Amino acid sequence: METLLMGAVAYDAKVVTIWDGFKQWFSANGLAFDYVLYSNYERQVEALLDGHVHVAWNSPLAWARAHRMAKARGIEVAAVAMRDTDCDLTSVVVVNAGSGIEDLAGLAGRRVAVGAVDSPQATLIPLSHLRSEGLEPGQDFDLVHHQVGVGKHGDHIGGERDAARALVAGTVDAACMIDSNHLLFSAEGTLPPGSTRIIAQTPSYDHCNFTAVATAPAALVEQFRSLLLGMSYDDPEVRPLLDLEGLKAWRVGRVTGYAQLEAAVDESGFYDEEGHVAAVDYRP
Amino acid sequence: MSPPSITDLDELGLDQGGHLLLHRAVSRAAPGQVVEVRGRAPQLRVHLAAWCRSEGHDVEVAEGPGPVAGWIRPGPATGARWQGAERSGPEVAERAPTRWGLAARGATVEAGGVDFPFPLNDRAAVWTDAAPAIYRQAAAAQWDPATAVDWNAPVELDDDVEAAVVQVMTYLVENENAALAVPARFLGRIHPHFREVVAVLAVQVADEARHVEVFTRRAELGGRPLGLSTVGGQASLLTLLEEPDFAVAHFLLSVLGEGTFLHLLSFLERHAPDPVTARVCHLALADEARHVAFGMAHLAAVLEADPGLRPRLAAAIHERHDALAQTAGLNREVFDALVVLAAGSWAPVALADGFRRVQELSAEMDEGRRRRLVKLGYPPEEAAALSSLHTRNFM
Repeated sequence: METLLMGAVAYDAKVVTIWDGFKQWFSANGLAFDYVLYSNYERQVEALLDGHVHVAWNSPLAWARAHRMAKARGIEVAAVAMRDTDCDLTSVVVVNAGSGIEDLAGLAGRRVAVGAVDSPQATLIPLSHLRSEGLEPGQDFDLVHHQVGVGKHGDHIGGERDAARALVAGTVDAACMIDSNHLLFSAEGTLPPGSTRIIAQTPSYDHCNFTAVATAPAALVEQFRSLLLGMSYDDPEVRPLLDLEGLKAWRVGRVTGYAQLEAAVDESGFYDEEGHVAAVDYRP
Repeated sequence: MSPPSITDLDELGLDQGGHLLLHRAVSRAAPGQVVEVRGRAPQLRVHLAAWCRSEGHDVEVAEGPGPVAGWIRPGPATGARWQGAERSGPEVAERAPTRWGLAARGATVEAGGVDFPFPLNDRAAVWTDAAPAIYRQAAAAQWDPATAVDWNAPVELDDDVEAAVVQVMTYLVENENAALAVPARFLGRIHPHFREVVAVLAVQVADEARHVEVFTRRAELGGRPLGLSTVGGQASLLTLLEEPDFAVAHFLLSVLGEGTFLHLLSFLERHAPDPVTARVCHLALADEARHVAFGMAHLAAVLEADPGLRPRLAAAIHERHDALAQTAGLNREVFDALVVLAAGSWAPVALADGFRRVQELSAEMDEGRRRRLVKLGYPPEEAAALSSLHTRNFM
């Protein structure tokens, strides 16, 4: 019996709990499934394109690299499925309420906190948004990175939380983060209630997807997708797994929500057209 | 299609508790009904979208000025967590499923929980209707060792008599350690659904801890080192600790062991040579009487549900007797100390009295055991035979 092999990045110890649980559930539902953990997305994407795994649970940035590499090699990759919570995210630029900074123009000459260099939501996409508003990072404002979990494409929340703390401490003038983390940091008190103001919000974009490589056994990939889409939050066996992975339902994968990130990757030169890592200050 | 329900958060943000109003509105929405959200918190629209995404709801965020922040279309996961949930009461269940875990009796338990290691989960094995009342009595009867005993009362005994008191106290502490450990071993295995039973045993453990304290304190009062602990005495107690069956262990400990101790503590209170010894034995006696009452009530209930247990309990007495046949039983020093205590002095005539009283005590203990065994349904002849096999170590 052939086994579907999936790659995932170990951004947290709970990743083992999650995929062990999925493995058992897939097995009970007739799919031979196993997983391989990688310490960073670059290694995982290379393994996917080299055929070491059939499917990879990819960050949006890993997707961007995977399809560039695939195109260069003349093979195809596809987004099989994604979480409902991966759809239509936004990032926000936040300032202290009493800072006097009213809009993005007010950031000129200021210090802007971002997450890790490879975080789509806390670095690449918001900086691209600032560029589109005429503010070039490093030229028109100073950039302050918070390099937590580099190589894990911002999956670790620590970089965003450190950026928020820097804003509260007054060592930066603005901080970039995902919209839901602004809500989380405000609710948990990292950002004291009412102490910050959102001065910009990016257009919506999508986050992770299961990326399948065309060389993977199609029937297994289809069975994998079909089982995922059939998982119901009503099912008490499934619900803990969905809670751990942070979703209520799986959705069919779509690739229409990655344009902002693709532009950000090109602008910043993070990857080249063939998917080589081009960012000079990136050490996954 | 119902018209939208309207929820106005006023100035309340979702980072300040506003999610409570959204949760309530969404959970109350009719199937297919949209929830219109209004409010003036500055970041409400950004947070509304993020909140809906994490909760699995579709949302349309309003554009332009105005009080409306957006419209929520509740997702299919709304309320899904409680489908298949079950009430764990409020009546005492015949069997408490291990998946109910630590839930309060009567709580609604989400489906899909893990199984907890509570193997004693059959009502027939653990429950007695007497448990709630015994727990209430136990809780009301708690006493503070610091104030319940006048530790400054005069204790000026002859050295020999004091030595006898210390030996008896040493023996009592050893036995109370066993009486603490046995219910403690079962406490964590009984399903918390049977909370009154758990509570009675928990208080029983606390009772024994206090007994250990006051007997130790009395032993140390005269400045002497504690007395002797024998291999035979400890071997007898080990058989109690090793008994794996709850009903059998409870029978051996509370019906036979603590039942026998009622007579011993009463004897010690009666013949105590000083007020502190009399008082600590009096306090322990009241607690032990409650432990015996609970043991009798539990065993009566278990035997009613399972009469086949009666021969197994009898067999347990035989097995314990056989296991202890090669040991000395009650140590010589304890027996002699009881004689000295009852005598009050070393004068030959007093010792004769003391010896006779200890013999009478032994007969009283036997009579008590037989009475309790008969009450549990054993014929008098069998009760007498079983009583005679009880450990010579009393407990």
